[in-house]
Amino acid sequence: MLDRILSELPRFFGPYNLIFLGEALLSTLALSAAGCLVGCLVGFPIALLRRTRGWATLPLRAIATGFVELFRRVPFLVTLLTIFFVSQAVGLSLSTFSVGLVSVCLIASAFISEIVRGGLASVHANQTDAARVLNLSSRQTLVHVVLPQAWKVIIPPIFGFFVLFIKDTALASQVGVLELTYASKVLNSRGFSAVLVFGTILLLYFALSYPLSRLGALLEIRLAVRRSQRD
Amino acid sequence: MPFVALSGIKAAYGAQPILTGVDLSIERGEVVSLIGPSGSGKSTLLRVIVGLLRPSAGTVAVAGMPIDYASKRDIQAVRDRAAIVFQQYNLFQNMTVLRNTTIAPIKVKRRAAGEVEAEARAILAKVGLGAKLDAYPDELSGGQQQRVAIARALVLKPEILLLDEVTSALDPELVADVLDTIRLLATEGMTMIIVSHEMAFVREVSSKVVFMAEGRVVEVGSPETVFDAPQEARTRDFVSKILRHR
Repeated sequence: MLDRILSELPRFFGPYNLIFLGEALLSTLALSAAGCLVGCLVGFPIALLRRTRGWATLPLRAIATGFVELFRRVPFLVTLLTIFFVSQAVGLSLSTFSVGLVSVCLIASAFISEIVRGGLASVHANQTDAARVLNLSSRQTLVHVVLPQAWKVIIPPIFGFFVLFIKDTALASQVGVLELTYASKVLNSRGFSAVLVFGTILLLYFALSYPLSRLGALLEIRLAVRRSQRD
Repeated sequence: MPFVALSGIKAAYGAQPILTGVDLSIERGEVVSLIGPSGSGKSTLLRVIVGLLRPSAGTVAVAGMPIDYASKRDIQAVRDRAAIVFQQYNLFQNMTVLRNTTIAPIKVKRRAAGEVEAEARAILAKVGLGAKLDAYPDELSGGQQQRVAIARALVLKPEILLLDEVTSALDPELVADVLDTIRLLATEGMTMIIVSHEMAFVREVSSKVVFMAEGRVVEVGSPETVFDAPQEARTRDFVSKILRHR
């Protein structure tokens, strides 16, 4: 079998396949990065919104809660297919990549907002009580008291989620998005040895996700060190 | 005119009624101690005064001004006058001792950092923590943390200090330092409301003792009256129990 793989190597890593794999990698990277980035940008305000009290924000709060509860519970694939068919039904001619993009953003926002909400809630109520009686505003309480204590609870699960999430973008292949998993099926069906194809894809996924975990670990250490120096 | 006047205060946590009609007044310069069994509403009363809990009925007036609990400005004005120290200290865990004591004057009152820090250093030295300015709360003993919390309240120059069971979470050998600090404040004429189970201390430091039970004030009097010649049967019962304990 090794002979076969060795003999396939030059053709497998030929210019056409490299471009093909590069495009697929870029697509997986784009879906992952968009999910993580948009997820943080949208998930964070959702978590803050859900912390508010009173009537004024009640309608928004209800929508946010509904959104989070829904997209955390629905399988990724179902979300993808729903977005795909709904966009077709209403006559939006979204590309399959756009369908994938919208789906990852929705799901990541829901999950990340829940991680952030949990992190904020982990800061004991006696900290916010103290801030309130000192007349710190809600913004000052958040910035100076709650967030600095919540980060170390938020960061590890968020990076854990990113790692899971990169793998989950593989499901976008099911609606025909050309990303790493889809590319592996194509290459395999072109007759390349499965071991070679899936081994390569495996390494590419690892290469995407490992640096991210390292970044997360680094941030954790940095936060821990900062904690023992100054606030 | 009393400095703090409470009339007909009722308050509940959810469906659980805690205060069932409290009338009480505190004059400037008085040290008023609230005693009574657990669950009688002593701590809740302090939380009402600083606006952490909105009463369902009754009025609280501070310096003659009734508080409108729906008004942010009213609540802020009360918190400018009244500072509270909690049983669990509630120090900001992410900040040093100095930062804990200076953040409110700097961020809320917009005062110059240098000036506030100088005042905070002086107050921290007074409570015996001049050497701990750069320590974090979790590097301090409970007694030290509690004195930082008292210093944090004092830096704001409150007109009245509310102390909510400030020694209850402390190891016995750490209680004395905190009580010394409070005693010092009492001799300086600070108006205080003290919720405490340290009966000997209450008796020594208070100008007025308030016995509460089941969410209301049962008896108010001088320490001598309340401890030695209580007028109400409920008070007699409580006092005899705690005295028998000693």
